[in-house]
Amino acid sequence: MKNKSLISIHDLSKEEIYEILDLAEKFEQKPKQRILRDYIVATLFFEPSTRTRLSFESAANQLGARIIGFSDASNSSVQKGESLKDTIMTVSLYSDIIVMRHPIEGSARLASEVSDVPIINAGDGANQHPTQCLLDLYSIRKTQGTLDNLNIALVGDLKYGRTVHSLVEAMCKFNATFHLVSPDILKLPSSVKQHIKDAHLKYEQYTDLEDVTDKVDILYMTRIQRERFSEPMEYERVKNAYILHNNMLDNSKPNLRVLHPMPRVNEINEDVDCNPKAYYFQQALNGVYVRQALLSNMLGVEPENK
Amino acid sequence: MNKITQKELKVSAIENGTVIDHIPSDKVFQVIRILGLDKMLNQITFGMNLESKKLGKKGIIKVSNTYFEKDEIRKISIAAPHATLIIIKNFEVIEKKKIDLPDEFEGIVKCFNPKCITNHQKVMQHFKVMDKENLVLQCHYCEKFTKKENIEFL
Ligand SMILES: [Zn+2]
Repeated sequence: MKNKSLISIHDLSKEEIYEILDLAEKFEQKPKQRILRDYIVATLFFEPSTRTRLSFESAANQLGARIIGFSDASNSSVQKGESLKDTIMTVSLYSDIIVMRHPIEGSARLASEVSDVPIINAGDGANQHPTQCLLDLYSIRKTQGTLDNLNIALVGDLKYGRTVHSLVEAMCKFNATFHLVSPDILKLPSSVKQHIKDAHLKYEQYTDLEDVTDKVDILYMTRIQRERFSEPMEYERVKNAYILHNNMLDNSKPNLRVLHPMPRVNEINEDVDCNPKAYYFQQALNGVYVRQALLSNMLGVEPENK
Repeated sequence: MNKITQKELKVSAIENGTVIDHIPSDKVFQVIRILGLDKMLNQITFGMNLESKKLGKKGIIKVSNTYFEKDEIRKISIAAPHATLIIIKNFEVIEKKKIDLPDEFEGIVKCFNPKCITNHQKVMQHFKVMDKENLVLQCHYCEKFTKKENIEFL
């Protein structure tokens, strides 16, 4: 992937996904290695996202890279009306790779077309966030030993959740069976379901979380946002129906792991945290390894422990 | 004059120019608008709700002394995917071609997604044609679909 940008999970073949995941394992074994000490990583956050930025900056720092950039566009030249194209063309002169997050959809693709250095899309509005998807895949493979033939439940806001859409589309490459748990008004969009159908895979839709906890390998929880409901009563009615409590995992499969893209609000009760099946904090840490893998791979630098 | 040519001349014959045939009747005004024919000084005639074996009712536009360029033909292909272009010189049909939708094209229509970068900054639209039959376009930038009923020409 040297000198190629990472904009959308759709840009990656199955082989390229495995290549990144294998490389991320090297960094999990040895996270601190100063292989990027001669490189400058730009992190351009046109909208704030503290978690994603810290994860990328931790990844870059552990590899010894220098970091330039901004965490909020409000005090940069962007605020003065500079076009995205001009900002990217300028920053690409100052850095070896650009990590960017932007509220407008398609911005990262545009950036990749005007930049001389590779772009990593760290989220473009509701469109794509491929590093989140890769860290989800890494976590699934890590906990299950494989990506193939798994039963995966996705719970919560399946309509607007970009993370969910990307994960479903990616898991279609690996013969997954999908269990979709959501209130009626937040069902998975038909365009995403079409991907499952096109791949000739199975899916089932549920409104009750307890219908799936005992039969899946991965329980992927997401947050239901109040803003999605026009009726406050409707939100009040559904919000508690999608909260995972520890006792709900009593009869779950031994290999089950609970994932969540974080931050959580209350959809995973804190009593789950001590359960060995809770994996969401490790999942966040895996994001650092995946981002180390991407930075080094796209800059064409190999890990010391290859 | 053979039969076919006579039929085509129903609206009125042109000496030199282009006939756009087999336009769905309800798309005639759209084709006129997107080609800017409403601002043109050349002689233009058009017909709607004419009989057609293929479409039931069809529309036709005849433009004198005008031959369309690639970009304009592309526009026609999106507004009226099954149209036929007939090139006429000295009252003779020189060329008759079915126009086809390309697999991919730039410009011409707006991305339907209001949050798309092409609707916020000076960027040329770029689409992949996902479904030629039902006219479904996918934006190269935001990856969202623009369907036939949502197509808005630039
Ligand atoms: Zn778009």
